Amino acid sequence: MPKHIRRLLLLFAVLITLFIIVRQVLIPDSFGQFGHYRGLALEENKAHVARYVGTDICAECHWETMELKTADMHAEISCETCHGPGWKHIEEPEQGQLTIPEGREFCGTCHSRNPARSASLIAQVNLSDHNIETNCSECHNPHAPWN
Amino acid sequence: MELKNKKNRRDFLKNGALLTGGMLIASGMKPFSALVYATNHNEDAEHWYGMAIDIEKCIGCGNCAKACKIENDVPEEPFFFRTWVEQYTILNDGSKIITSENGGLNGASQDYTPDEIFKSFFVPKMCNHCTNSPCTQVCPVGATFESPEGVALVDSTYCIGCRYCVQACPYGCRYIHPKTKIADKCTLCYHRITNGQVPACQEVCPTNAKIFGDLNDRSSELVQFIKKHDWQILKPHMNTKPKVVYNALSGEVN
Repeated sequence: MPKHIRRLLLLFAVLITLFIIVRQVLIPDSFGQFGHYRGLALEENKAHVARYVGTDICAECHWETMELKTADMHAEISCETCHGPGWKHIEEPEQGQLTIPEGREFCGTCHSRNPARSASLIAQVNLSDHNIETNCSECHNPHAPWN
Repeated sequence: MELKNKKNRRDFLKNGALLTGGMLIASGMKPFSALVYATNHNEDAEHWYGMAIDIEKCIGCGNCAKACKIENDVPEEPFFFRTWVEQYTILNDGSKIITSENGGLNGASQDYTPDEIFKSFFVPKMCNHCTNSPCTQVCPVGATFESPEGVALVDSTYCIGCRYCVQACPYGCRYIHPKTKIADKCTLCYHRITNGQVPACQEVCPTNAKIFGDLNDRSSELVQFIKKHDWQILKPHMNTKPKVVYNALSGEVN
């Protein structure tokens, strides 16, 4: 074999070995564990802390309100739909991070009249002529609106 | 000279036939299809998560969009969304008006009187978690992938923020996070669903218009819903095979 070819082959062998070594170092350990991606990325996505804790946890303390709620139209609605996420509240109940929404506009996000809303599914009022001066909660208990 | 030409033509045809046949066989072989398609439906997967959205039940309150922002630290500006609600209004003259004021975050309003409206409805949108996801296909660094459960996720340490996936998503479900400068999208609340909870958007939905579930579990609420309703997917012509399905989806929706 001519000398220059031998040199070239040697050079190639060195480069390919170098490439394999560098590649080995650069590829994370968990790569390819489940597919063509870093397996640990799944764990990182799982590690995010959930903000919404679910109605069952609310009921552990607020069972009286829950009893009232489950007997009426708003039974299926999660507490956190109106009061916001409870993740801090369940750690430190006194901090009071939850909100008690007020005002006609808030109720209107679900109950204002809109042709896109199914009339049989949800009670709707025209906010601009339904007891304009009154706050909704003066007549309707939000936990039991028909009570 | 003439003879040589004839031989060349025969060789050419022979080589051509070999090459074509070889490529045909290779294209059918599994290891090669892994190179061509970034995503593959894992038929042996234990879970295969999806979601059904019932348009008949959606009242456009926007609680899903609001809860998603809080749950997943989505930037506050009303143009970054992992899920949002569109209001479709079809007028009597046939014109189609699509509104999504602040992504439906603060509820919806209607500018037309019932007399002018032919029909109107809400369409909640989110990542469709496609089985053939274009975003996974185009990512040049392999930062977007499909989890073993079929959820399209982003590896934040791999993403270089090139925005190719934002362009590729036919459903407009991706954005570049203004702080981290990497691609962000709906994870189907991966941290919740792997922990036995439902996605945040479903948790707060007052009318149960969203149904999360396991498509591999025939007794799941999702499969039962799919069984009993005439469902549709968005943009079927894109061949993305979404795992998010809609009940009562009107033909006007795009």
